[in-house]
Amino acid sequence: MLHQDPLDFPPMKIVDNMLIGHDGGLFPNKGEVSKALKELQSQFGFNLDPEAYVDSLTVGERQQLEILRLLWLGARVLILDEPTTGISASQKAKLFETLKKLASQGMVIIFVSHKLEDVEGLCHKIAVFRQGSLVGEVAPPYETDNLVELMFGKVISLDEKTQLEFCEPAVEVAGLSIDDNRIQIRGADLIINCGEVIGLAGMEGSGQRQFLRTLAGLIRPVGGEIVLNGKRMTGKPYHAFQGVGVSYVPASRMEEGLIPGLSITEHFILSEGQSGFFIDREKAVTVSRERITSFNIKGEPVTRVEALSGGNQQRALLAMLRTPLRLLLLEHPTRGLDIESSIWIWSKLKDRCKQKTCIVFISADLEEVLHYSDRILVFYNGKVSQPLDATSTTVDQLGQLIGGKGF
Amino acid sequence: MLNKTSPGFKFGFQILAVVGALIFTTLIMLLAKAPPLEAFRLIVVGSVGSVGKISDVIVAWIPLLLATTGLLLTFAAGLWNIGIEGQITLGAIFTTWALRLLQDSSLSPGLIIIIGFMAGVLGGMLWASLTGLLKIYGGVNEIFGGLGLNFVATALTIWLIFGPWKRPGVGSMSGTVPFDNSLWLPQVEGLRMSWWSLGIGLIGIAIVYLILQGTYFGLRLKAVGKNGRAAFVIGIPTGKYMMSAFFICGAFAGLAGAVQVLAVYHRLIPSISSGYGFLGLMVAMLINYQALWAAPVAFFFAALNIGSIQLPIVLKLDSALSGVLQGSLVLFVLMMDGVRRRLTAKKVK
Repeated sequence: MLHQDPLDFPPMKIVDNMLIGHDGGLFPNKGEVSKALKELQSQFGFNLDPEAYVDSLTVGERQQLEILRLLWLGARVLILDEPTTGISASQKAKLFETLKKLASQGMVIIFVSHKLEDVEGLCHKIAVFRQGSLVGEVAPPYETDNLVELMFGKVISLDEKTQLEFCEPAVEVAGLSIDDNRIQIRGADLIINCGEVIGLAGMEGSGQRQFLRTLAGLIRPVGGEIVLNGKRMTGKPYHAFQGVGVSYVPASRMEEGLIPGLSITEHFILSEGQSGFFIDREKAVTVSRERITSFNIKGEPVTRVEALSGGNQQRALLAMLRTPLRLLLLEHPTRGLDIESSIWIWSKLKDRCKQKTCIVFISADLEEVLHYSDRILVFYNGKVSQPLDATSTTVDQLGQLIGGKGF
Repeated sequence: MLNKTSPGFKFGFQILAVVGALIFTTLIMLLAKAPPLEAFRLIVVGSVGSVGKISDVIVAWIPLLLATTGLLLTFAAGLWNIGIEGQITLGAIFTTWALRLLQDSSLSPGLIIIIGFMAGVLGGMLWASLTGLLKIYGGVNEIFGGLGLNFVATALTIWLIFGPWKRPGVGSMSGTVPFDNSLWLPQVEGLRMSWWSLGIGLIGIAIVYLILQGTYFGLRLKAVGKNGRAAFVIGIPTGKYMMSAFFICGAFAGLAGAVQVLAVYHRLIPSISSGYGFLGLMVAMLINYQALWAAPVAFFFAALNIGSIQLPIVLKLDSALSGVLQGSLVLFVLMMDGVRRRLTAKKVK
């Protein structure tokens, strides 16, 4: 079973993660494992250092590790839960190739995904579930509209793209240099107008996450300047960035975004900032009810966040954002969500833009990047492209850049 | 079919845990060839059999309650403040220090006692802040830091008793020279307990209950304890909140130490903390960190401690029996909680 959120041991090395769950006697042979790992990696074109610690990897890289580990352990039935959300298109092609090969060898593969192109391209049979019941089984050839109708009970199409009026530059990034233990970014420049949406594209682990976290103030850059609304913010702590209206929504919702054990209401209280010493519970519950309704969260004010589904957790995270915001930074805002939720979340985000908030987001979904961004930055191994105009860029061009061609 | 999520179901399991602990202790006594029923009777009579006994239980209850009170805050922040023993000890040392400095001065005894309390609070906070600084800025786990500082605190006590603060002539394990009666916290006529320390204990737990239940500070503390990384991203200065938890817990531990000096022993003795810090950790775990239960459960533990004092005299049993009962109680409650969760959990996740 490959889980959507990787089940691994972040404080341990990759090679140790491979060994866990493997019967290898008292003294495991690490050298052999590293060798096997390298062979498997070369098959997929993954590039993980066996001696690296798992907590230094991104969610996508951890998924890669899980896939490798399961294949190495010789699983017979492979269940994959949304495996393609964190890996690049070329890696996906390789993964599908392997899955097909494995299937032809008699292995059973159950592939859970909300991406229609994935299931259409890969599966011999598709079973559609809606609200806990099996609503249909489809055999090829597949018709996308047919599948969408089965999934939602109606046909859905993306909203028309609307062009907003921009105002003065709100965020200025000049010559930004970032040193992470694996990625180096040198001299990135970007000026974001208020109300503008910037999409960051690239293979997982190409530096876009470091760039986003630097804009949030979570990583201190080694060079360059960050200026927000004319105020120099370089080197200031994260909470100072928050103070001037920067908000960061992390991809790992349960690890960095929400606090398991606390209720939805308590999350809203925490994000609101203090008024007085004692909490006005009654008022908090009222506010919480309003937000639950307006953000369409399926839960009660007292519901603990860990009891919410992924999509509702994402809605709760967005509902926690303060108003007004100058800069909203999102990591994979719609990863793991169905089309309907994604469209809904973006409609909320676009509302923010109308209130002059800048949005910078990372997504592995090129359609999403092209559709919702005004301009796009492509990252490849720490290199940053010139901002591309989203209206005049195609998926192909984007794909080339992501693959490192044209830098 | 039983409703598996009802409070009654949960309560039933806790009763089962108490019964389990009693059976376990009985077995131990049978193994030691001691009469279990007689031992339990002695514990009950020895703790709540007379007004004097109840007063003795209260004397033990207050420092235990103060320690538990402080620990509720550090546990809320996700911190294992093992170092609370040392914090109680430092509180006692600082109180003794203040009293020794001021006992011959012209200040009124009441004022000296108040200063003694404040010094105790200061001592506890100082010691707790060391653990906190090591944890937050030094990356030393608070369990190791606290444990180390506990040893230092014990060594410091011994050194003071046998060194600079020794009794005239030769220092002895019975501690420093007792303070004058005027520097004792006023006691209830004919009993060992004091209304003042009782008041301090009850006000303390009430304040912490309110902090955890209804304030921004308490909620943020819980957020830090449950998921520090998310709390930081949301905008809570996690280091500051952990440090505050240490400071307040240290203050309560220091108060406990001050009570031990001002209301119980009236001098510094080698094991001035009486193990109330560790016992407080057990109480906090037993009540699942719910402030509402701190007072009654701490009272029960204090009663076991006092009640078992007679055991060695009457039955030639060691008074450590109460420790066996307390320890097994915590283990059984935690275990039954696990069993209950297993029974109520949905079959497949």
